[in-house]
Amino acid sequence: MPRVPLLGPGIGLTKIWVPQVSLLRPGNDPNRIYQTRLKQVTIVDFFLWSLLKVVVVTVILLLAVSYTVLLERKVVGRIQNRWGPSRVGPFGLLQTLVDGAKLFFKEDLTPTAVYKPVYLLAPIISLACSLISIAVVPFGAPGVGPQGVNLFDISNVNIGLLVILGVTSISVYGIALAGWSSNNKYSLLGGLRSSAQMISYELALGLSLVGVVLRAGSLNLSDIVDVQSHGILSWNLFGGFQFVAFFIYLCAAYAETNRSPFDLPEAESELTGGYNTEYSSMKFAMFFMAEYGNMITVGCVASLLFLGGWTSPFGPAAPSPTHTWAHALVPLIWFAVKVFFFLFLYIWVRGTLPRFRYDQLMNFGWRVLLPLAILNIIGTSLWLAYR
Amino acid sequence: MHLILFILFAGCCLAGAVNLLLQTHPINSALSLIVVMSSLAVLYLLLGAEFLAAAQMIVYAGAVMVLFTFVVMLLNAGVEERTRGSRIARVLGFPAVVAILAVIATVILSAQGLTPDAGVQQGITSTADLSRVLFSDLLLPFEVTSVLILVAVLGAVALARKDNGERVPGK
Repeated sequence: MPRVPLLGPGIGLTKIWVPQVSLLRPGNDPNRIYQTRLKQVTIVDFFLWSLLKVVVVTVILLLAVSYTVLLERKVVGRIQNRWGPSRVGPFGLLQTLVDGAKLFFKEDLTPTAVYKPVYLLAPIISLACSLISIAVVPFGAPGVGPQGVNLFDISNVNIGLLVILGVTSISVYGIALAGWSSNNKYSLLGGLRSSAQMISYELALGLSLVGVVLRAGSLNLSDIVDVQSHGILSWNLFGGFQFVAFFIYLCAAYAETNRSPFDLPEAESELTGGYNTEYSSMKFAMFFMAEYGNMITVGCVASLLFLGGWTSPFGPAAPSPTHTWAHALVPLIWFAVKVFFFLFLYIWVRGTLPRFRYDQLMNFGWRVLLPLAILNIIGTSLWLAYR
Repeated sequence: MHLILFILFAGCCLAGAVNLLLQTHPINSALSLIVVMSSLAVLYLLLGAEFLAAAQMIVYAGAVMVLFTFVVMLLNAGVEERTRGSRIARVLGFPAVVAILAVIATVILSAQGLTPDAGVQQGITSTADLSRVLFSDLLLPFEVTSVLILVAVLGAVALARKDNGERVPGK
């Protein structure tokens, strides 16, 4: 967090200190020293750059959300041996724009029996949490950018991982309150299911990440990637022996984002849509934007924590690009490829696996994932202590 | 900047706390409590306690309050009736609260080395520093506390069991 002096005259010229994580760090030495040097940036520069980054990331995220919907419809279509959307635009590429326009122009109904303040608040909470959590995700190496500005992350915070977990734990209110305030028994059941499911799987989610944090010795997402920057064998999934944690993380994250096979809160065949039954128009769309935004965040976090983030699988073996633009863009492409892999996996799982029954869901969370996560922590600690 | 953030979030915190008491609907009270918890997390962050702030968000604003709202939703608790309260409580209550707050404030202000703005200008305590102290110097109190929580968990499980522990093994 930058230290900013009190507001006063000449505020625009006041210099503030922005921590810059140094890239010059010895490789696998466990006692490595974290060098943090401070760079001076004027507050106007800091504000304008931050604004620019926020706008760019939000636009890209929302575009990615709409095209993830299209990707899902296409891939699930092919899994079920049909074409998926193919009429609007070439290969159906404009389908999402048309869908968005349709949702935007639909009549915004508010049923009479709903509890209005909470009913209006719930979709806002959902979407806000989904958009906030992307703010701490680094998309590229720190220290790249002009004038001491980190171009590839909106904010580089020491507790980035905890921020993401915290925002995830808040986002359950969106669904729970939507279910409750709708005053509809199906909605209420959806809200209750989602509360119970998210509380249960949050534990396994948090514990599965402890092994990764132990190996990196830091909660900063850039530091966690830095440990894995020596090619595919140094990634946490392979070199860190975190494949059990990876499996637990994926299961728990699917449950947290209410995706199949854990989509009980919005089980269409049982609850006529679940928590979002009473919502229409953009409020309904906000829930789905939040869900797909969360999917993308989960993909980002999973690739940062387990697949080495923006680093290439070849590590130092492959020649690093010398051109400035290539040097900045190639890591972004690696990152995008990894996130795309996770999105595809999400859709693949949705098209393949049937939904859990409620008691199976609870059994799996508490009796399988939680003990596995604890065993993984013990195993990783022993391995790190005696290697 | 720190002062502005402090005033903003302390105001949020107080407004949430007052709203918590004034609202008659349990859900509104629970939501106010979430606002209080989140504002407290920002205040911790302003004091440089980043891990504490994150833990406050995850544990209190997240897990504990989700359970509260879950129970409210499950029982579908309606609007509560507003009572006038007992007269003795109103006559004695406010002076007693003022007296207790005065005593606490006096003790804190007169303590050695504690100025009212202690810590605000200092740097951030990193999670590594915190855990080093917690797991070396304060290891015994830490473990004793965790055993205490374990006892509470076991007690809750024992109370929640329907058959009073008379279950036949293998059934």
